[in-house]
Amino acid sequence: MKTLIIAEHENGAIKSATLSAVTAAQALGAPVDLLVTGSDISSAAKAAAQVAGVVNVLTVEDAALAHPLADLIAPVAKQLAGDYTHILVGASTFGKDLAPRLAALCGVNQISDIIAVVDADTFKRPIYAGNAIATVKSSDATKVITVRGTAFAAAAAEGGSAAVSAASATVGSAKVRFVRADVTESDRPELDSADIVVSGGRGVGSKEDFAKVFELADKLGAAVGASRAAVDSGFVPNDMQVGQTGKMVAPKLYIAVGISGAIQHIAGMKESGIIVAINKDEEAPIFNIADYGLVGDLHEILPELVSKI
Amino acid sequence: MKAIVAVKRVIDYNVKVRVKADNSDVDLANTKMSINPFCEIAVEEAVRLKEAGTVSEIVVVSVGPKAVQEQMRYAMALGADRGIQVETEASPSSLDVARLLAKINEEEQADLFILGKQAIDSDNNQTGQMLAALLDIPQATFASEVKIADGKAEVTREVDGGLVTLEMDLPAVITTDLRLNEPRFAALPKIMQAKRKPLAVKTLEELGVSLSNSIELLAVESPAERQAGIKVGSVDELLDKLRNDAQVL
Repeated sequence: MKTLIIAEHENGAIKSATLSAVTAAQALGAPVDLLVTGSDISSAAKAAAQVAGVVNVLTVEDAALAHPLADLIAPVAKQLAGDYTHILVGASTFGKDLAPRLAALCGVNQISDIIAVVDADTFKRPIYAGNAIATVKSSDATKVITVRGTAFAAAAAEGGSAAVSAASATVGSAKVRFVRADVTESDRPELDSADIVVSGGRGVGSKEDFAKVFELADKLGAAVGASRAAVDSGFVPNDMQVGQTGKMVAPKLYIAVGISGAIQHIAGMKESGIIVAINKDEEAPIFNIADYGLVGDLHEILPELVSKI
Repeated sequence: MKAIVAVKRVIDYNVKVRVKADNSDVDLANTKMSINPFCEIAVEEAVRLKEAGTVSEIVVVSVGPKAVQEQMRYAMALGADRGIQVETEASPSSLDVARLLAKINEEEQADLFILGKQAIDSDNNQTGQMLAALLDIPQATFASEVKIADGKAEVTREVDGGLVTLEMDLPAVITTDLRLNEPRFAALPKIMQAKRKPLAVKTLEELGVSLSNSIELLAVESPAERQAGIKVGSVDELLDKLRNDAQVL
């Protein structure tokens, strides 16, 4: 048994989704190698070698790999797959894009978004937006798996001393070209990786009143989310939607403001550490899952919170 | 230009999922079923491309028992031209569905494949990428904008931290994210018309594809329920709890 993790890196650092995958791989009990692909990867490879618990870092460096395209990385990983029983990728958009393409090239099924390793063949994963947990067993010779980052602590980024070597893999030519990246210009943390999320619902009342939600979030250094009702009401753009059809979040602290707690919203945030609900309706279902509920007028409560934090 | 759109029949997204008492699966008996929301967005996008004159024919494909025809008819009411159902009572894996779509494409030779990024039942997020791999064609997953011109597709993708735009040669696979479009409502006359659109039914045997069965479902459990906590009486009490009991501030 041997595990390969396909690393996701940015500016020479290994991303947290990959570090969580390393922790999941340790649970398999087999040696762990990291594959680093890219066009200028010496610092990323060095960072990968520092990750605690990694035995070998394999590098594939090619100008064509400047942007992380699944169309090119999947065939590279396929060439190395024969040496491994398990291939893991973090369940980020990078991993979700890549892993199924690799699995199909290997002729195997893929296991998405695991939250627990039962044994080397058996895994737990959420289905129905986390409303049920499936235990699945794979009989594929190579198991291609994505790992949910919120379910495994990140492996230490330092303290390791893996050997770095160039892997012999050829890079093909893609029928796809990178055009541009538009990175969200925001001082706020990303919704999916923030420690604190403040979300507003229809109860916030209007687009203008949503400023109070932003104000609290900025005071806390939090990301801002919204319920589908708030998005549908036009208060905020839909990339802020938390829920089954929006983003899944699991911050340490989730503050739901003026959100009643529809099933589809709760599906997206119920893995949060501590949930706070602020709502004027004391019968709102959100209170059934909240650790701390505060019944009252959010237009008074939010400014008071901001002034006292 | 021909587009193939795959659709899945799933539990309606507003229905609360119940796990069966014997933990063998979720209980779908007497549950409202609908077209998977991401598949609906895929159909809508294909219809918009047809209205823009880019796509000339939309073929909707679904894999499953006879009941999936309900969702295929819905896709046709939105504007798909004809349907191909692969009839099976078994639950195919994403790889199985990708193989079936690739097989169907041997005859169809589509230029564009639009699929939902994931189904809201299995939450796999795999089929589109697998289809692209099997056909050895480019993929753009999690699309929020699609432009097609001169035999190329320019697709903006929603990725962690922002947007990435790719240009792909056709044929290509696109999987849809939520922001791509807002599907229209199917008007009654369109629903009536859709009943008369051609719908071919094929079996796994006819297509020569056998299901993979390499993933066994051992158990399905309800997640650990969150306990309702306490109500606090004031902002001061809330902050005290968050600082001292929960220690998250």
